[in-house]
Amino acid sequence: MSDRLVGILIDSLPKIIIPGIKVTIPLTALSFTFALIIATVMAMVQYADIRGLKQFARFYIWIFRGTPLLVQLFVIFYGLPSLGVMIDPFPAAVLVFSLNEGAYASETMRAALESVPKGQIEAGYCTGLSYLQIMRRIVLPQALKTAFPPLSNSLISMVKDTSLAANITVAEMFMATQRVVARTYEPLALYIEVGLIYLVICTVLTRVQSWGEKKIGSYENV
Amino acid sequence: MLKIESIKKSFNGLDVLKSIDLEVDKGDVIAILGPSGSGKTTLLRCINFLESADGGTMTFDEDTYDLGHVSKKEIAAIRKKTAFVFQNYNLFRNKTALENVTEGLIIGRKMPRDKAEEIGMKMLEKVGMADRRDYYPHQLSGGQQQRVAIARALAPNPEIIYFDEPTSALDPELIGEVLTVIRNLANEGMTMLIVTHEINFAKNVASKVLFMENGYVLESGDAKTFFENPKEERTKEFLRNVTREE
Repeated sequence: MSDRLVGILIDSLPKIIIPGIKVTIPLTALSFTFALIIATVMAMVQYADIRGLKQFARFYIWIFRGTPLLVQLFVIFYGLPSLGVMIDPFPAAVLVFSLNEGAYASETMRAALESVPKGQIEAGYCTGLSYLQIMRRIVLPQALKTAFPPLSNSLISMVKDTSLAANITVAEMFMATQRVVARTYEPLALYIEVGLIYLVICTVLTRVQSWGEKKIGSYENV
Repeated sequence: MLKIESIKKSFNGLDVLKSIDLEVDKGDVIAILGPSGSGKTTLLRCINFLESADGGTMTFDEDTYDLGHVSKKEIAAIRKKTAFVFQNYNLFRNKTALENVTEGLIIGRKMPRDKAEEIGMKMLEKVGMADRRDYYPHQLSGGQQQRVAIARALAPNPEIIYFDEPTSALDPELIGEVLTVIRNLANEGMTMLIVTHEINFAKNVASKVLFMENGYVLESGDAKTFFENPKEERTKEFLRNVTREE
């Protein structure tokens, strides 16, 4: 490796990592938090079979699972202005990632809720708990335990998907890399470099996942 | 104390309960016997609204309810006086033994935690499970889980406890510990309705018997008379079959 290339890689490192800390990580954290809230609500209305809301949930999931993430980003960011709705790049990205991930995660949550045996609910009623108390104290905690590994998977997936936000001018890690490439003409080294940074973030998250699984694994769903 | 009149239930056109009457006085231990599929469990589940009955009336203490049209509020009020012990224990899997017992007190009945835990420990002691207070259900044997489930049922001091085949899911050598706990409760005067296949246990513990077949009550009454002098031919046959020497 030439000294010039090493120099470029070292110089570019903060230029890539700082947008990572300032944009990629907040974008992921915010979007995933909203996605979890959306998913829990969408899964609950389906689980509780609330008429109207259940159909709405199915429709929402159908749309956001059935269309490409990139198309969704473009519709919101480049499409909506023609209706007079202008959203800044970052909030537009948060909106799309939340809705998109929310659709997938609500299926994960629904499956997890349904995996809790009916006997748990019956026992709740018989010990004098209300439906909401049973959901909050018994069913949701058990479902979250079941949903934790697949949701961790989704989170890791989302970290990488945020690179798509570069397409709607969000100055995240990937866009930062593209800028350095445009100046230095070293695409191979720089794209590998940013790939490695994504890998480091995902490795850390994988570690957090195994720690979390142990933490909530003090009982077993048997 | 509890009176059920002409309770009916059908599943998809199949009549599982065909107008059953039942009367429970305070201190009664009633064994509900009968072959599989006779409707015993359905009867118990309908009485505690885990299934909704198609019709009939229930008189609990002074209040009468139409079982076909009972409101959620009425159900909640009735359930405050009753407790249920399941065949599969159904302990809350994310709660320890003690938490299983106190959950209904703290959350359902808004009792202060220290008071609830005091009661919880007393109940666990009663079923011989105090030393397992911090164990999760999966760390306990079936018999231990069922004893915790009985402690959970006892905790709110119910007027009546329903047992749905409490030993059917247990290994044979674990049945005894659970039956002993139930027998102790009977001796203390607890009112209980027990669906069971344990004929000897019913003979020793029950004060009354309800014998069901095909959704009907075939014979009912005093336990001693039932076992020593059954009236119905079918009852005699059933007792002969279940007590046959192997």
